[in-house]
Amino acid sequence: MVGIKSYGAYIPFYRLSRDEIAKGWGGRSLGGEKAVANYDEDSITMAVAATLDCLSGFDREAVDGLFFATTTSPYSEKQGASVIAVAADLPRGTRTADFSNSLRSGSSALASAIDAVKAGSASNVIVTAADCRLGAPGGESEQLFGDGAAALVLGSSDVIATIEGSHSIVNEFMDNWRGSGDIFVHSWESRFIIGEGYMATVREAISGILEKYSLTTEDISKAVFYAPDPRTHATLARSMGFGSSQVQDPLHTTVGNTGAASALMMLVAALEAAKAGDKILFVSYGDGADAFILQITEQITKLGERRGAKGHLEMKRMLPSYQRYLQFRNLVEMEVPSLPEPISPSPVVMWRDRKKNLALCGVKCKQCGTVQYPPQRVCMNCQAKDQFEDYRFSDKKGKLYTFGPNYFLTRYPDPPEIYSFIDVDGGGRLLLIMTDRDPDEVKIDMPVEFTFRRLYEGRGTGKGISNYYWKCKPVR
Amino acid sequence: MEGIKDKVAIIGMGCTKFGELWDKDTSDLIVEAAYEAFEDAGIGPEDVQAAWIGTVFSGVTATTLSLPLKLQYIPATRVENLCATGTEAIRAATYAVAAGACDIALALGVEKLKDAGYGLPPPPIAENEIGETGVSPLRMIPPPVAFGSQAIRYFHRYGLTPEEGKKLLAKIAVKNHHNGSLNPKAQYQREITLEQAINAPMVSWPLGIYDCCGVTDGAAAAIVTRADMAKNFRADPLYIKSFAVSASARQAAMTQGGDFTHFEENVRASRAAYAEAGIKTPLKELDIAIVHDCFTITELLIYEDFGFCPRGEAKSYIEDGVFELGGELPVNTDGGLKCFGHPLGASGLRMTYEVYKQLQGKAGPRQLKDPKLGLTHNLAGNIGHGPVVAVGIFGSELG
Repeated sequence: MVGIKSYGAYIPFYRLSRDEIAKGWGGRSLGGEKAVANYDEDSITMAVAATLDCLSGFDREAVDGLFFATTTSPYSEKQGASVIAVAADLPRGTRTADFSNSLRSGSSALASAIDAVKAGSASNVIVTAADCRLGAPGGESEQLFGDGAAALVLGSSDVIATIEGSHSIVNEFMDNWRGSGDIFVHSWESRFIIGEGYMATVREAISGILEKYSLTTEDISKAVFYAPDPRTHATLARSMGFGSSQVQDPLHTTVGNTGAASALMMLVAALEAAKAGDKILFVSYGDGADAFILQITEQITKLGERRGAKGHLEMKRMLPSYQRYLQFRNLVEMEVPSLPEPISPSPVVMWRDRKKNLALCGVKCKQCGTVQYPPQRVCMNCQAKDQFEDYRFSDKKGKLYTFGPNYFLTRYPDPPEIYSFIDVDGGGRLLLIMTDRDPDEVKIDMPVEFTFRRLYEGRGTGKGISNYYWKCKPVR
Repeated sequence: MEGIKDKVAIIGMGCTKFGELWDKDTSDLIVEAAYEAFEDAGIGPEDVQAAWIGTVFSGVTATTLSLPLKLQYIPATRVENLCATGTEAIRAATYAVAAGACDIALALGVEKLKDAGYGLPPPPIAENEIGETGVSPLRMIPPPVAFGSQAIRYFHRYGLTPEEGKKLLAKIAVKNHHNGSLNPKAQYQREITLEQAINAPMVSWPLGIYDCCGVTDGAAAAIVTRADMAKNFRADPLYIKSFAVSASARQAAMTQGGDFTHFEENVRASRAAYAEAGIKTPLKELDIAIVHDCFTITELLIYEDFGFCPRGEAKSYIEDGVFELGGELPVNTDGGLKCFGHPLGASGLRMTYEVYKQLQGKAGPRQLKDPKLGLTHNLAGNIGHGPVVAVGIFGSELG
């Protein structure tokens, strides 16, 4: 039976209090906080983090598909899923695809993964969704939107939740949109888009799937359904007759509306609390709706440790100011030191070094066992030539040998950049920049782990190329 | 291995004023340094039989040199070894003379950095750098960060509190600023106090502004000839005792157990140079050392790496004033990189210029008493991408 085999999530370390945003513009605070991607994060890096969380204890070699859903890919032309697949060091034979342009793209990817497994053309498909949408400063969307990612593995054996059935409807409807080139999401009048759009469509989808599988609302242990905002979420739950214990928290007050990732992240949170026998209703919305019925199996108790939504919710730091958020999202042009521009990424080098740069792969000497990064032809220790096997660092941890904080010789926001020399557990010494850190907490011997980030965007001949690489961050 | 000791002598040197020379371009600097050296040696450009130009960012090929000087179709070569480029230029010229390939050679180092803001301009040939600098921070770790990370490790290893460590480094800055105040060619010619050095704005902990050398324009030049011909040109030539270079394979930054409280390249190059020059007790035998104080911590590590003091004991030697102008082994008597800044291609020859003038007794108010044997040292790159170290030893007497 096709179902979910594993789950993972990612919520950025930084959160912004909605009171801070309201203070900036003198408006009303919607209360709570939203998750804010660091300046070096985007939908692709967050999807990588969620994917790696999802792969905890999972055999990567068994993966044969990765579908990436987002409305905020850094590329209009160029796949995001391929970057994620290589960063996660998945097999060469992995089928990759991007699902985009709709808030429903997460469940579109999920449905396609289910179909692929059901048809026998794939056995372990990762579905990951991430979004980093922007509401225009001063508007309600700015407060509502949050950043984050979720990931699932779909397969047909050892499933923690079976997919019992699904029901989809299409509804051509202008509620939210972005024209090509638009930075901010536009919306129509809320009475129209909530009443005639969201409420009508989601109610229709829920009623449709319950009827299709001869279920009533009482049969549902947990109703996991997307909603644009907390009030609309509560209104829908009430109107469908779901009791409060039946309804999955939409994470609006803690994370915000994470767009294409929102419903899947709620599903991950629901799975974290689920027990065998639970029946989950899962509904995603956008240009129509997709509804699914899931049944939790005994296998759920066997799933290993991961951070998931719960773990990431606990790891956080408040952004000191609204201005810092504007800077992170590149919404203000900042004074930069008169330093030369970073050299634009070369597609040739990016291709040649893809395993090193995207998968953080070094080498291990087959003759003397010395682990080294970056990959070498001649061994650092025994000088043997071409006697290496690949060695992946990304899932290791390490401790800080020494470090140097760079206060002003940098074009990046949020100095100091902490250049970190890391002694990795199991061998190797790496130099990486430390992110998601408080400069005051950095000290020799502190434990660190690795995280996939976006260093910068190319200019000139490499205009628009996102230069991804790994950084380290404190283990929390 | 026979070595080059006493086979080649310096018979003329030139050095521009170092600083933010907004009104001078690379060619101006080359002409000034070269013509001071020609006059000092009593020769003209037509007497030069071969030439080496050292520059990292300020030109490709030897036409960087032959064009401004109008050299007439003689063999000329551009050399580059990052911060050790100046020393590499004179090393190449010296080897050519020692080999008998020519009798009179010119070595000139130049760098024009201040056209590009705070940072370094892009390298003239960028293909090799695009990938690594474009993608990995390994090649772009800023120098103060790399050297600062060593200071953090040094303090950790020897149990220095942040306050003790800062003060120790500040003493080196104060010393070099004092020396620079006595040098009209230095970029910075004023004394600083310990408090100023300790409280200066932070660049990369623990290195503040006064722990870092400046970004500077400058050039320096040397004329070398066969030792047996040297006295035909002047009564007080400088005899070259040794050149040694040691290149890293980035062992410290890529290997667990790699130590950041010293530079193995410093140890290897200094011992090779001592062996060629016949030096056994450097602290006693050397009278002057002009070393690569790109940052104060670098100078501290050099004391230990070069055997001027035992490991971990730099503190007491610094506190005892061993390396000050009146000390047992004065270090960076001209003010060092601290006061001259660091035009990469020029620095090695600027250091040689100070040893040359001191050993000739022409160093003015900072003149040491009767020095006979001096050392220069460059450290190219940093621990992050692996240093290359170059050492030169010079004496006023044969033997």
